[in-house]
Amino acid sequence: MSPRAAWRLESLGFGQVYDYTAGKLDWMAAGLPTAGTNAGRPQAGDLARKDPPTCGLNERLGEVRDRVRARGWDVAVVVNEERVVLGMLRARELDADNDRTVEQVMRPGPSTFRPFVPAEEMARFMTEHRLESSPITTADGRLVGLLFQEDVVEHVASQRDRAS
Amino acid sequence: MPTSIDREQLRALRDSGAQLVEVLPASEYEEDHLPGAINLPLRHLDAEAVHVLDRNRPVIVYCWDGA
Repeated sequence: MSPRAAWRLESLGFGQVYDYTAGKLDWMAAGLPTAGTNAGRPQAGDLARKDPPTCGLNERLGEVRDRVRARGWDVAVVVNEERVVLGMLRARELDADNDRTVEQVMRPGPSTFRPFVPAEEMARFMTEHRLESSPITTADGRLVGLLFQEDVVEHVASQRDRAS
Repeated sequence: MPTSIDREQLRALRDSGAQLVEVLPASEYEEDHLPGAINLPLRHLDAEAVHVLDRNRPVIVYCWDGA
């Protein structure tokens, strides 16, 4: 739609017309602020924990597990050097043999969600699909944070209590 | 010929005074739009509607994903 609008503006005599072709989807997926009636509503990116443990494909599991559990976590996100999400290590994978690599045991290709997904929608989806946690990423797959079902469900419930 | 730009170019142009226009229908604009954007839906983009724009400044248009 925006390419046609750009051409239309040129036909109406505008000389400097630019088309942000990636559009609102790209802007919101990057977690950037918006205006409008949805702006104040909590979204996945607002509720995600921003500092989840991360690890690389070639790390030894024993070292990763020690690091993750020392921080009190039971999950880690596998990322590359660009922080693009490649997999997940949940409790079961973290308990695998020390000498195996992350790549050998990780759950590859986890479902990810964009930061602008409304909290209510995330709570419903994560409950229905029994997802304990889900990576929140930009449209190009870079990790923004890790959203926990317990966090989003609790937040939505508290919002409902406040409204009633 | 319109120039296609990315997010960083949009920010730079906006900071230097470009006008930002969402061309989606009003209902979608009302829910979410980029800060500072005005709404001129494509269906209503005509000589009268664009009077709100300054022809001497750059104009950036966007929709949901360019489709």
